[in-house]
Amino acid sequence: MNSSPQKFEDLSPTGNSGDGESLTVEQAIANLESADLGLRFYAAWWLGRFRICEAAAVTGLIKALEDEADRTPEGGYPLRRNAARALGKLGDRQAVSPLIACLDCSDFYVREAAAQSLEMLGDPICIPALSELLQVGLQGEQLISKQPDLSQPYEAILEALGALRATEYIALVKPFLEHPIELVQYAAARGMYQLTQEPVYGERLVKALAGDKLQLRRAVLADLGAIGYLPAADAIAETLAENSLKLISLKGLLEHQVNHTATNTFSAGAIKVINLMDSLL
Amino acid sequence: MNNSDLAQILIRAVEEADSSDRLLDAVQELAAAGIEESVPTLIAALGYNNPGAAVAAVDGLIAIGEVAVPSLLELIDDYNYSARAWAVRALAGIGDVRALDTLLEAAKNDFSLSVRRAAARGLGTLRWHQLPAEKVKSVQIQVVEALLLISQDPEWIVRYAAVTSLETLAIAIAVTLPDQALRITNQLQQMLDTDVDLGVRTRVKFAQQKIQPQQHQEVFALKRKLEDTEVSEIPHRGGGRR
Repeated sequence: MNSSPQKFEDLSPTGNSGDGESLTVEQAIANLESADLGLRFYAAWWLGRFRICEAAAVTGLIKALEDEADRTPEGGYPLRRNAARALGKLGDRQAVSPLIACLDCSDFYVREAAAQSLEMLGDPICIPALSELLQVGLQGEQLISKQPDLSQPYEAILEALGALRATEYIALVKPFLEHPIELVQYAAARGMYQLTQEPVYGERLVKALAGDKLQLRRAVLADLGAIGYLPAADAIAETLAENSLKLISLKGLLEHQVNHTATNTFSAGAIKVINLMDSLL
Repeated sequence: MNNSDLAQILIRAVEEADSSDRLLDAVQELAAAGIEESVPTLIAALGYNNPGAAVAAVDGLIAIGEVAVPSLLELIDDYNYSARAWAVRALAGIGDVRALDTLLEAAKNDFSLSVRRAAARGLGTLRWHQLPAEKVKSVQIQVVEALLLISQDPEWIVRYAAVTSLETLAIAIAVTLPDQALRITNQLQQMLDTDVDLGVRTRVKFAQQKIQPQQHQEVFALKRKLEDTEVSEIPHRGGGRR
């Protein structure tokens, strides 16, 4: 995942990098402090998109997490959001503490981006701070409200706690299985599976693949791919959704199999997944 | 009721479907009937932005087979990339060599990764026997060239699809075009060593395992054939195959 300039070269021949201007690494880093707020915003996105892991990029983006210049009419911080998202992709642990600080930001989307990036950086030191945000929605081990509670980015937090193996907070994750918003329920199921490895939570997601709404089925495909739940393979291949999303989901299952098999041979599960993937190409 | 009447009824059901569930059912029934007249309607169903209906329509078109190819080539919707991807999937599933140029162009140059993916897959599943015998090798070399290029696509899923086709091709040409087969195995090894994506590397390894024993078998079969017939002269390349 390193050597980012090369990655950019890999992408450039097809010219599909969008309609934005092309930048050099030096320009992008310099643009983080441009007088033009649009250029700053674009540069932060660009550094993440092309995974520019250079020290100056990381430093510049961390600084951008405290930006005060770029505000939306509602008081949001667009540059901070993009900087937080980019830092997750660059994989530099220096960003962990500054991102933890972002969990207190007044902007929901900055908190969401920070939680997602902390998950990607994988440092368990952020677990207590994430669990504090989760507790906003809880009274003891019960959800405070049966009404949809959108005050915190619960989906991102639940996913991060699962991915970070925050087993000491299972009791805080579990109540969100009953959250009125389905996407939050799925994130909780995904987290619970990662924390407990109990099939009941994987099966809950499999069941959701038969749901009515395409958008929810798409989200569940991503969840099943993320947890690599092998028994979902057939249901993933058969659900009514785009093949592209099924393939990404199955790839998650395949990689999970490979990562958890020590031998050089293919497990029966891996072969099954490969055959399903081939059939969806 | 003859096929034509049935087709009209089923086609009307597709046209009059007023919900995505009804559309799905109607397309499934039409596809299952496998009637040639339904081809334009099935192709149209590829563009309804209903993944279930599109899957059913692709299956139907593949079942109808070669008869559907000219219409597919003619009616491929250049303005709707999701419909185009499904049409390319149908062509890939049918495997008719008349689709060769369309598949080559789509796999190399289409801006949509799902179209490139479907086309890359289709290049490995062509029915070579449809070609005049004297053209098979030159076309296969052309396809190998294209696949070696496509296997460097920036999108993992396109590289993955290319690997599946490199696999089938390496097996198909192991005896007839050993130099080309060697190019494929070299490229696969290089991908195993350098590809950034674990899913792709895994598929490469799987392909290598399928190719390897196959190659041994081919060589073994050739040897045995030589022994059986006790021919004294060395057969020309490909002598052991059709």
